[in-house]
Amino acid sequence: MLQPVSPPPLPLALDIRDLVKSFDRPAVDHLDLAVRQGEFYALLGPNGAGKTTTLRMIAGLIRPDAGSIRVEGIDALADPVAAKRVIAWISDEPMIYDKLTPEEYLEFVAGLWGVAPALAESRAHELFSWLGLAPHARERCETFSKGMRQKVALAGALVHEPRLIILDEPLTGLDAGSARQVKSVLRERAQAGATIIMTTHILEVAERMADRIGVITHGKLIAEGTLEELRHQAGNAGNAGNAAGGANGAATLEDTFLALVAEPAEAA
Amino acid sequence: MTQPGTAVWFARHESRLAWRDWIGMMTGGRRERRRRVAIGILAFVIFMHLVAYYVVGRFADAVLDKQLLVSITTTLLLSWLLMVSQAMEAMTRAFYSRADLDLILASPVAAEEIFAVRMATVALSIATMALPLAAPFIDMLVWRGGARWLGAYGVIVAMGAGATALAIAMTVALFRVLGAKRTRLVAQILAAAIGAAFVIGLQITAILSYGTVSRTDVLASPAVMALAPDAGSVLWWPAHAVLGDLTALAGVLAFAFLLLALAVAMVAPRFGQYAVTAASVGNSPAGRAGRAIVFRATSPRRALRRKEWMLLLRDPWLVSQTLMQMLYLVPPAVLLWRSFATGGGALNLLVPVLVMGAGQLAGGLAWLTISGEDAPDLVATAPVPAGMVLRAKIEAVLTIIVVVFAPMIAVLAIASPWHGVVAACGVLIAAASATAIQLWFRTQAKRSQFRRRQVSSRVATFAEAFSSIGWAAAAAISAIDLRLAIAPALLTLGIVAGARALSPRKSA
Repeated sequence: MLQPVSPPPLPLALDIRDLVKSFDRPAVDHLDLAVRQGEFYALLGPNGAGKTTTLRMIAGLIRPDAGSIRVEGIDALADPVAAKRVIAWISDEPMIYDKLTPEEYLEFVAGLWGVAPALAESRAHELFSWLGLAPHARERCETFSKGMRQKVALAGALVHEPRLIILDEPLTGLDAGSARQVKSVLRERAQAGATIIMTTHILEVAERMADRIGVITHGKLIAEGTLEELRHQAGNAGNAGNAAGGANGAATLEDTFLALVAEPAEAA
Repeated sequence: MTQPGTAVWFARHESRLAWRDWIGMMTGGRRERRRRVAIGILAFVIFMHLVAYYVVGRFADAVLDKQLLVSITTTLLLSWLLMVSQAMEAMTRAFYSRADLDLILASPVAAEEIFAVRMATVALSIATMALPLAAPFIDMLVWRGGARWLGAYGVIVAMGAGATALAIAMTVALFRVLGAKRTRLVAQILAAAIGAAFVIGLQITAILSYGTVSRTDVLASPAVMALAPDAGSVLWWPAHAVLGDLTALAGVLAFAFLLLALAVAMVAPRFGQYAVTAASVGNSPAGRAGRAIVFRATSPRRALRRKEWMLLLRDPWLVSQTLMQMLYLVPPAVLLWRSFATGGGALNLLVPVLVMGAGQLAGGLAWLTISGEDAPDLVATAPVPAGMVLRAKIEAVLTIIVVVFAPMIAVLAIASPWHGVVAACGVLIAAASATAIQLWFRTQAKRSQFRRRQVSSRVATFAEAFSSIGWAAAAAISAIDLRLAIAPALLTLGIVAGARALSPRKSA
């Protein structure tokens, strides 16, 4: 009898092993992290926990002291150029060129990533339309608000159709309308199969959008899973009664998060 | 203790900010550098006194005649125009920097009074900046010629006040005529042009009349002497004040402060309104719509070069800086044109000017493209090797140098092929050296910090300047005798190698 052939397992979108980075003190401390393809992963943690350092190492902006990073099966430390081809990086402070228009900016980004011009142009106009930038596509970015600049940066990051989108606090300082547009585009990308890793201090966003949530503190991943799994972990950590239990037993992510990060802090 | 909210209290606050800004600029924000900076300033002051001794010492006992009045007045006018240029830059910065504007306007103190103090502080800082350069010359004149020369200090203060008054008037006039959006760029260009125009005008006159770039030949000419008014004319009052005439000094000071008071009184009530308009320029909901673009097939390297050229062309600070450098190339161009027509031997003068100009321009462009990257994360996360990014940026700089200098070198080569070859080699080497220094000392900065790029590394600043001067000297000597140029060329190579050895990026 023939055995059913199971499809080969998809490589992880991101596979981090034993990652270490120190500045004056350890910022990332022997971190292991695995994110599956097509997953929306939220990385949470208090200020200075090592979230941004971790994301910057994945994006190839800083080199780790030790450990390994594999992006879609590519060794990002051995072949950073190949890894960067599939990655998009968006930080909380949109870095764009004031003297370029959004159209010119996206043409430049498409040139850097080697996207065919016709394809890049059609994607650019699609992104402008989604993000409400179409009326401003030919104005120089120097006149734009923070929200518009963040949307230009996001459009630039998505023009090469990245398979791994890394966002560091992308909603900071955005008004409700802009935040909704950004979230809607991210949701659409996730549905299209892209993997998204995002840090945020807006726990409601993580709760609503993320498939899985990782909690990092002192450079270590202290908890990981769905919201339900995190509630369990927070309960096992002995804080469920106070923080994660909530009034009616269904703890919010905020309760759970505070319970998780309070435990090592109190132990310290 | 001064009463909070008064003009004196605010003047103290402004002076403290100005002092900390200056200290920060000199030390690069590092406290441990203060002692080194103090020693450096002391050494500079001593060196300038020695220079002054040889330059002006012989004029200390000069007899008052029309020739002396013309010389002093011209020097004062030249310095004053530079002060006007600096004051215009300072006023533009005061208008366009939001900084504490909201705090002042929201506070219960009289904003008009505070803005008046702010403008007066500009005048004070302009005079203060001129003093370290002028003081050694005045001190030497006092030492050799007596206390009568002390009046020159008063004239500098008056010049600072007068320059600020004119700068306030011109900036406000531009604001009213052109609007907030265009004033910033036009004021920068105007400031650069004012600073350079007078000396360039004199040089061009000298070239056309006497075939040299020396302005003293023009000033001592019989034509100028014949045109100059009598010694009693009010036109010579500043010169008389420098020479110790107390009545003239009082008159010059009173006139300058009256001008400043008038300008401040007229502008202070509207300063807040102007500043609010200027500050909102960058936040207007809709900017000027450009033309639609068609995405072109390109390689990452070409995309990077194109981006750099577009940003350089659209950079208002660079436009004003480059304009200044281009203006200084006008006299050599006239000299070239005149030598071409007459077959004169002035071509030797041209070669170092071109080489020096190329080095300086390349240094500025290289800083903007290499260090002044406004989206470093984007470029760093692009799937291209870091070395290729740097190569593309260097190519962008050197291409501009070639485009700017090639026409002049081509004309020079027609006049004298040897001079053309020397100038071409010199321009390329000076530009490459300045670019390499900026590459070795690169930092991560915003393009808007261009004006303060010297702060990041004094070694890079001096190395860039001395390398341009060195290559200019080597090129000048090469034009006459190639063998004699070996020593200065090796010396300059040593400067560049020294910069490389001291740079934080020896491995780059």
